[in-house]
Amino acid sequence: MSKISISDIEKVANLARIEISQDRLDSICLEFNSILEFVDTIENADTGGIMPTSQVTGINGVSREDKVIKSQVTPEDLLALAPETQDGYIKVRKVL
Amino acid sequence: MVDLNYLSIDAAHDMLVSGKVTAEDLVKYHLDKIKKLNPKVRSVITIDEKSAIDKAKAVDTKISEGKQIGLLEGIPYTAKEMFMAKGTKTTAASKILEDFIAPYSATAIRKLDEAGAILIAKVNQDEFAHGGSTENSAYHPTHNPWDLERVPGGSSGGSAAAVAADMGIFSLGTDTGGSIRQPAAFCGVTGFKPSYGAVSRYGVISMASSFDCIGPISRSAKDTEIVFDAISGLDPRDSTSVDYKFDKPKEQLKAIYYEVGNEVDSLINNQNFKHLEVAATKPIKELGVTEESLAAYYILVPSEISSNLERYDGVRYGARTQNSSNLNETYTKTRGEFFGPEVKRRNLLGAYTLSAGYYDAYYKKAMQLRTIIKNRVNEVLDKYDVILVPTTIEPAFKIGSKADPVEMYKTDVLTVFANLAGVPSISIPFGFDESSGLPLGLQIIGKQGDDKKILEIAKTIQDATDYHKKVGEIKL
Repeated sequence: MSKISISDIEKVANLARIEISQDRLDSICLEFNSILEFVDTIENADTGGIMPTSQVTGINGVSREDKVIKSQVTPEDLLALAPETQDGYIKVRKVL
Repeated sequence: MVDLNYLSIDAAHDMLVSGKVTAEDLVKYHLDKIKKLNPKVRSVITIDEKSAIDKAKAVDTKISEGKQIGLLEGIPYTAKEMFMAKGTKTTAASKILEDFIAPYSATAIRKLDEAGAILIAKVNQDEFAHGGSTENSAYHPTHNPWDLERVPGGSSGGSAAAVAADMGIFSLGTDTGGSIRQPAAFCGVTGFKPSYGAVSRYGVISMASSFDCIGPISRSAKDTEIVFDAISGLDPRDSTSVDYKFDKPKEQLKAIYYEVGNEVDSLINNQNFKHLEVAATKPIKELGVTEESLAAYYILVPSEISSNLERYDGVRYGARTQNSSNLNETYTKTRGEFFGPEVKRRNLLGAYTLSAGYYDAYYKKAMQLRTIIKNRVNEVLDKYDVILVPTTIEPAFKIGSKADPVEMYKTDVLTVFANLAGVPSISIPFGFDESSGLPLGLQIIGKQGDDKKILEIAKTIQDATDYHKKVGEIKL
């Protein structure tokens, strides 16, 4: 498949929400292309008409009795893990 | 002073029951080993001395009151940093979770707690289990006890090195593409990746959910089985866990061995391991899945990673950047500042292979290839009870010698297909590399649900051989 460019890397970094510093872009681009070259060997595999496998147990739609199970943790335990909270809510920077 | 070196679980249990050693002294012995050896091996990230000693004292009280104790009661162990153990630091060897304290315990840890095993330390790994050498830890690399200039393997390198250095009797690891078996092989210990779903993933930090398996690293197949029996089973908190009904193996079993060109080959030829006959030997190429597996794996796994690691966004837990002016910057700068290079690489790769226009060419095609690989492995396992194949082609490599990511990925060539197929595989120490003297591993691979069968075979082989009894001497 086609080689990818620095602007492709910037686009993917935006999709992945990862800031990449400008001085790292070149080396990431090189590594990325070498990895793609490595995985591009799948192009040669004849997969026509083959069903994809996304999981290996064949188990689907597991359900359980609709019964309340007491959690091991409290909302306070979980809020205590957040970087910033206020009045029992997690606080974040403005959205826009 | 009684000899506590390299105890098996049942030997330690017998000593506790007969009063030859107290649980407190057993725990202290292993804590002392950590203090003495860890500055060289650098396996441990956090140590929980007080809680471990308190738990040991409780076991001693029980014994002194004449009460019976279980096989795992008072047995000191370590766990990879992927495992949440309530109240312990759980970093996944990442800076993004540097101060994260687990609010609850993983099912595997809870079950071991209930069985009375004592967690003494949390051990190093590649960051988020992304790697095959433990060099990708955001904290420090771990050194192989057999040769401190070499890697212990990865990603569960801290676990394998701890067991090899007698810092705890066993360890818990995770295996997404070989991360239990490859380090076990590199450190001369036994590592078991059970059938997918046999051990609950609840409370274990996710890497690639359709691949991740949890299992023990220990010094024998016998110890492995004891730990596996304690941690396996259906868990309502993990909807992908499976209630396998493990069959007892039949008397006479047939294996096929695949040659890879290392010293293990010469130790196998037409060998009869008591109840296991090596009925055929073929070059690895004829298995026909190894190269294909690597390509499929390094598309599917980064894809699942990029989705699983979305949760590290600086909002609910973990580190948050100090430099953002809006929410989007909180995400991008937090992830940019606190993820290490390999974690970034895999997230980017996954975002790419899942993105519009590439989904069919990469992700879907790799899932189709996964079907072919799974079928191929099962076809072979229809003809033979088990597949035997070395765990790695080469022994442990020098720290810093595989700086190119693709070179590192290739070290998984003999292990990833078991994860793609979801089948169980155990790596046992088997022979040594001629030039370096370092240990090599042999995998025994069975069908999904054949966990007990391969453990039984591993035990039989270890009854007849002593590769697993050899230990690496650490030069202090």
